[in-house]
Amino acid sequence: MKGYIHSIETLGLVDGPGIRVVIFMQGCDKRCKFCHNPDTWKCNVGNTMTPKEVLDFVLKYKNYFDNNGGVTFSGGEPLLQKEFLLETLKLLKDNGIHTCIDTAGVIGSDEILDYVDLVLFDIKALEANKYKDLVGTNIKENIDFLDLCQKKNNKLWIRQVIIPTINDNISYIKQLGDFIKKLNNVEKVELLPYHTKAIPKYKRLGINYPLDGIEDMDINECQKLNNLLLDYINDKNT
Amino acid sequence: MQWENFKGDLWQQNIDVEDFIKNNYTEYKDDASFLVSITEKTSKVLDIFNKLKLEELKKGVLDIDVDTVAGIDNFNPGYVDKKNEVIFGLQTDKPLKRIVNPFGGFRMVENSLEAYGYKLNPEVEKYFNMFRKTHNQGVFDAYTNDVRKARSAHLITGLPDAYGRGRIIGDYRRIALYGIDFLISKKKEDLLKYTSIIHESDIRLREEISEQIRALDGIKSMASKYGFDISKPASNSKEAVQWLYFGYLAAIKENNGAAMSLGRTSTFLDIYFERDLKNGSMSESDIQELVDQFVLKLRFACHLRTPEYNELFAGDPTWVTESLGGMLDKNRSLVTKSSFRFLHTLVNLGSAPEPNLTVLWSEGLPEHFKKYCAEISILTDSIQYENDDLMRPIYGSDYGIACCVSAMEIGKQMQFFGARCNLAKALLYSINGGVDEITKKVVVDGVEKINDEVLDYDKVYNQFKLVVSKVAKTYVDAMNVIHYMHDKYAYERGQMALHDTEVGRFMAFGIAGLSVVVDSLSAIKYAKVKCKREDGIVLDFDIEGEFPKFGNDDDKVDNIAVEVVKLFSSELKKHPLYRNAIHTLSILTITSNVVYGKNTGSTPDGRIKGSPFAPGANPMHNRDTHGALASLNSVAKIPYNDVCQDGVSNTFSIVPSALGHSDEEKINNLVNIMDGYFKQGAQHLNVNVLNKETLIDAMHNPGNYPNLTIRVSGYAVRFNSLSQEQKEEVIARTFHEVM
Repeated sequence: MKGYIHSIETLGLVDGPGIRVVIFMQGCDKRCKFCHNPDTWKCNVGNTMTPKEVLDFVLKYKNYFDNNGGVTFSGGEPLLQKEFLLETLKLLKDNGIHTCIDTAGVIGSDEILDYVDLVLFDIKALEANKYKDLVGTNIKENIDFLDLCQKKNNKLWIRQVIIPTINDNISYIKQLGDFIKKLNNVEKVELLPYHTKAIPKYKRLGINYPLDGIEDMDINECQKLNNLLLDYINDKNT
Repeated sequence: MQWENFKGDLWQQNIDVEDFIKNNYTEYKDDASFLVSITEKTSKVLDIFNKLKLEELKKGVLDIDVDTVAGIDNFNPGYVDKKNEVIFGLQTDKPLKRIVNPFGGFRMVENSLEAYGYKLNPEVEKYFNMFRKTHNQGVFDAYTNDVRKARSAHLITGLPDAYGRGRIIGDYRRIALYGIDFLISKKKEDLLKYTSIIHESDIRLREEISEQIRALDGIKSMASKYGFDISKPASNSKEAVQWLYFGYLAAIKENNGAAMSLGRTSTFLDIYFERDLKNGSMSESDIQELVDQFVLKLRFACHLRTPEYNELFAGDPTWVTESLGGMLDKNRSLVTKSSFRFLHTLVNLGSAPEPNLTVLWSEGLPEHFKKYCAEISILTDSIQYENDDLMRPIYGSDYGIACCVSAMEIGKQMQFFGARCNLAKALLYSINGGVDEITKKVVVDGVEKINDEVLDYDKVYNQFKLVVSKVAKTYVDAMNVIHYMHDKYAYERGQMALHDTEVGRFMAFGIAGLSVVVDSLSAIKYAKVKCKREDGIVLDFDIEGEFPKFGNDDDKVDNIAVEVVKLFSSELKKHPLYRNAIHTLSILTITSNVVYGKNTGSTPDGRIKGSPFAPGANPMHNRDTHGALASLNSVAKIPYNDVCQDGVSNTFSIVPSALGHSDEEKINNLVNIMDGYFKQGAQHLNVNVLNKETLIDAMHNPGNYPNLTIRVSGYAVRFNSLSQEQKEEVIARTFHEVM
């Protein structure tokens, strides 16, 4: 059995806790307008690795993991290669490696979630029409997956890319806060500032850049919104 | 009285500083919250220092003493601001006034003076040359033709044959603990002991001991001119720092060595500080003031050097390397409050390249200390890290780092420094039949040319082995001559007086251009490398196809790196060394990677003629594309024990945003990176946390970044003091970031 792997970053420090080997899987069914990895969209192309090869690769970096690091499967959409992912996750767990998936959710991922220590769940938009417009697929899959995580008690980090003019406003942040506060097992909420560094990639691939004209999200403004969101969630709880 | 409340007896009978430390130090496991800020007195001295440094930067040098020749006790006392100084002593009678030291070589002095518009006192010039032979003259009396050819072709360069070899660490702590008189009495005992006169070496040893005794008298006399009697042990904190500093000061008055390192002093001094804290005679602020002022004095250290030297080693480095932390044994660290206080000088005095603060890292170091190191690294880019768990089993618990990466037992071992061999050039010689690709002259005899259009790996590697065996012989010949003559004409009597009489010696060879050689061999093995010849000499290469590159944790190429260093090391070891020294090897270039590259033709890895090598053991710029850990793992594979046992230097740059979101995350992540890297068996890591854009901006607007300090290779440097080429090379390096 082989999985399609786009690339591997050995020192990932912003995709999950601690030091992480980030495995960017090839293939995605979504077409998020703000995507910074359009080179991972196509399915069933590029380099392949077996689950054992992934394990051997990851073990080379075990010394760096300490008590919180590990592996993050990102992409692309890692859950599109279910069988491969399941097999690989089992091997990793057998070897005591902390596992994480960075996903927007795909249905039928039941068993996989048994071998995932942390889900980095990407919220794209909260309303069906806006989701459809921004992502290109149906929000139902996204919500169903989140429900499944809730049912299976998976730990969650909620992540949301903040894009100027689209969702960088207080009313959206409150809406997001209301949504998150209903969830269990949320360990962290991260707002990620949108950036335009991927434009050259689009050019190289000959794809039109969907958010042409929208500038980078200011990092400090994004941090302010993040603080606001956290305050909002905590206030509601008390 | 001076030893009141100190425990243990071994150290009281014989010189044994390690035993003294073991019996008396207080490990500190808590956090940095006890640290205090700079005192008013220190601020005043610091202001003067900063002003003088600024003035010096404009003029090149502030002043040179053209009437006096280097020596322990040849200069009148000098002061910066007598009423605000707490620790006293300058190299000459004025701050930043440089010393003329012609013992290494006279031309070097002439060139330096001329470069800055000075002229030596004609009387000094006349009589020195009339009566005194230099190290440099001695060396050239004995050099073979092979050595001369290898030198002028830049195959073996940077050799200490015209300047001081340095890399010797006197155990300056001995003066504080024992006082000069006790040290003299021990050396006199040795004179009574070594009475068998059979070999030349027996006579040399007796002469050296006598010279050492003379030097100890000189140190005492020099200190007395500042009003201190250091014949007896130091009786309190202030005296301990002052006595110790006089030892170091004597070393830098007498020698202009490339690296004049301090050793491992902070935990030793902490014993005095703790005693005075307990008896109430000192406050934390008093102690930090002592440490700050001591460190500030170390920043005043300077040497007179030529512009060519500065081109090799930029930024006027002195390598006042101080080793901090490390472990006593598996369970106890040698971290004290003073390990923190020394790092804290980077906050109180501002970041600076000197002293070269070096943390001996172990998995077992207290967590708070690890985090504090990471915090200061992120803040200042001024610290380097070396693997205590790797070195402690070899050197014990009281070793220090000389220069950048060279470990040695303090007061018990010394090093014969030997610069480096340009191995990338040696690889080109294997293709071109020993002919230099720049000068077109035959440098290595007896090597056949390869005439193939497409290079064959086995053929090239066999030729490379032949060239390396010949170069190793020439390199050893050069080193034996150099260190024989250095002992004869520029013996470091003051520093050697602070060593045991029977001292262990390393002879440190070096490699430049390792990643160029490795990638070149990989290209020949895995891709198709075609030669482009002019007049029968290959001047360029065409590469078809992909090949694995060093720095991506790929054994296919990393194993070539291991094979090459083992090959060179074993070839060197075939030749016996002067004074039965032990062969060691480093993968370290400092900033000379730029100059080595400048003098080397195009290489089969695709590097073009004249462009820089990667520094030290670093993968070539931007060829490490699988993330920082893959890059670190590749370098960690280069064997230290018995092979590259003089050190494997790696410089790591990461952009702040890639290190984590919050400050706390960044600190924890950096700690984990270092824990992981050193668990892989790596030896050294320079850490820079900065954005490439900052450096580019600093290159264009130097005025906005007067204190921007970065780690280059084994030392830190003010970015502004790099040459334009060196700045560009630093900017072209891999900066690890995330998309």
